Amino acid sequence: MRVMVMVQSTPAWEAEGQMPTTEMLEAMGTYNEELVKAGIMLDGDGLKNSSDGARVVFGNGETRVVDGPFTESKELLAGYWIWEVKSFEEAVEWAKRCPHDPSEPSQLELRPLHEAADFGDEYTPELREQDDHLREQIQQQHGS
Amino acid sequence: MTGSARMPDVRRTIDAIWRIESARVVAGLVRVVNDVGYAEDLAQDALVIALEKWPRDGVPDNPAAWLTKVARNLAVDKVRREQKGREKYAVLAPELDEQRRAATPDPEAVVEDPVGDDVLRLVFVACHPVLARDAQVALTLRMLGGLSTDEIARAFLAPSATVGQRISRAKKTLSEAHVPFEVPSARELPQRLEAVLEVVYLIFNEGYSASSGDRLIRDELCGEAMRLGRILTALLPREPEPYGLVALMEIQASRFAARTDRHGEPVLLDDQDRSRWNRTLIRHGLGALDRAVALGRPLGPYTLQAAIAACHARAATPADTDWERIVALYDGLAALNPSPVVELNRAVAVSRAYGASEGLTVLEPLRQDPRLRSYHLLPSVRADLLVRLGRDGEAAAEFEAAAALAGNAHDRRALLELAAAAQERAGR
Repeated sequence: MRVMVMVQSTPAWEAEGQMPTTEMLEAMGTYNEELVKAGIMLDGDGLKNSSDGARVVFGNGETRVVDGPFTESKELLAGYWIWEVKSFEEAVEWAKRCPHDPSEPSQLELRPLHEAADFGDEYTPELREQDDHLREQIQQQHGS
Repeated sequence: MTGSARMPDVRRTIDAIWRIESARVVAGLVRVVNDVGYAEDLAQDALVIALEKWPRDGVPDNPAAWLTKVARNLAVDKVRREQKGREKYAVLAPELDEQRRAATPDPEAVVEDPVGDDVLRLVFVACHPVLARDAQVALTLRMLGGLSTDEIARAFLAPSATVGQRISRAKKTLSEAHVPFEVPSARELPQRLEAVLEVVYLIFNEGYSASSGDRLIRDELCGEAMRLGRILTALLPREPEPYGLVALMEIQASRFAARTDRHGEPVLLDDQDRSRWNRTLIRHGLGALDRAVALGRPLGPYTLQAAIAACHARAATPADTDWERIVALYDGLAALNPSPVVELNRAVAVSRAYGASEGLTVLEPLRQDPRLRSYHLLPSVRADLLVRLGRDGEAAAEFEAAAALAGNAHDRRALLELAAAAQERAGR
């Protein structure tokens, strides 16, 4: 299953020019590397803060564009990952290992993605370039 | 998706921790007991104790350290109990003494392996050539996927006892052969890596093309294979073929949602709703393919196949497919691994790039190939080309021949329908 992990923004992050400390960046780098080595990382990125963003707001029959920054940092995202895991609990376990600044509260929100993993058989050989015959061939070639 | 409340269940939490930590725990134990099979047994015993204790006392802060410590204690107890175990104690004792001497502030600290080399060693041991293919598959899923014997048995539709015996026998074989806990030398690596990739792709195919068994388990098996592939790319970043294999699996898996219709009937590639292809997997797969190619070595079989799959993934509509490039890639694959199946696929690509009669020409020699005698795809491909050339009578006969060879009811029914339609057109 795929799980989206949303990194909640903090007032410090939202504040202009406040970059994370070197230690934090390093810890995050190590953590990301662990996620890659565990084979669960599908995607992930950090977001610029909301002063670079905008909202398109629909209502009362009109469409308005509201430029950032936005104030309620609790509802803002600072980044996201998409992980492929075997269970939701596995994602929770990984999230618990995420580096965080102990001096201020922060949180991650985890949400499973919809999956439409239906299996069936195609009978177009074009989709299945390799099968037992090919494996036999490889084995013959390498004498194993 | 069920709308169940997301209260983490402690059993599932333990399963998740096991999955995350088991390879590292086992690898750490191998350093102590010098035997992969024995290390795995100890780790499993520690897991049993955890399953008893953690639901009652809570999950420890550092579960890997806890499991390792308990497993080591089990090993020491066993050695002390068994006078016969002198040999093992001889191996254990210096290590344990050293531990007592070591001035670690935290006696429960686990030796960290930041490079992941231990996990890589485990991969090569699980896929060691002294083991039969099915034993390699079972051990890989067990030691690297953290799957239980029951889970592996369910996935491969085998009795649990059979899989359990397979795993114990495999461990015994590794012990008796004194398989070293190491990454193969540069000279051995290509061949040893090929075996590992083959095991991973076999696991993927088991999930991908099975026509029986539980869908969900099948799906998990594909996910497991993709995860193993990604682990390999992270641990062997200078090797192109793991990237190629990951790309191949991810691009194939990106089509899962579009492969069957609402009734579970297969949908051909040309008819698939491409908006249902999973973009995340495609993007990740294309990225892996780029990395494989960027390493600048001659393209291996997995990378070539991934490049073929990528031609489809990049095409917004079937008409956009770069069939000429696909033909060139099949030429490369045929040069590397000549096989009738590759030829058959090349024939399809040639027919799409250069016309049905060109495709038939490529197919002609295959009709004499004994290896394809019972392969339903040969007559069914040939029938498709004959239809396109307006030779419906011949096509109907080929569709019928294909139906007689088809391995499952789905295919048989579809082929018989095509045969009937061709017959009807021929009779007009």
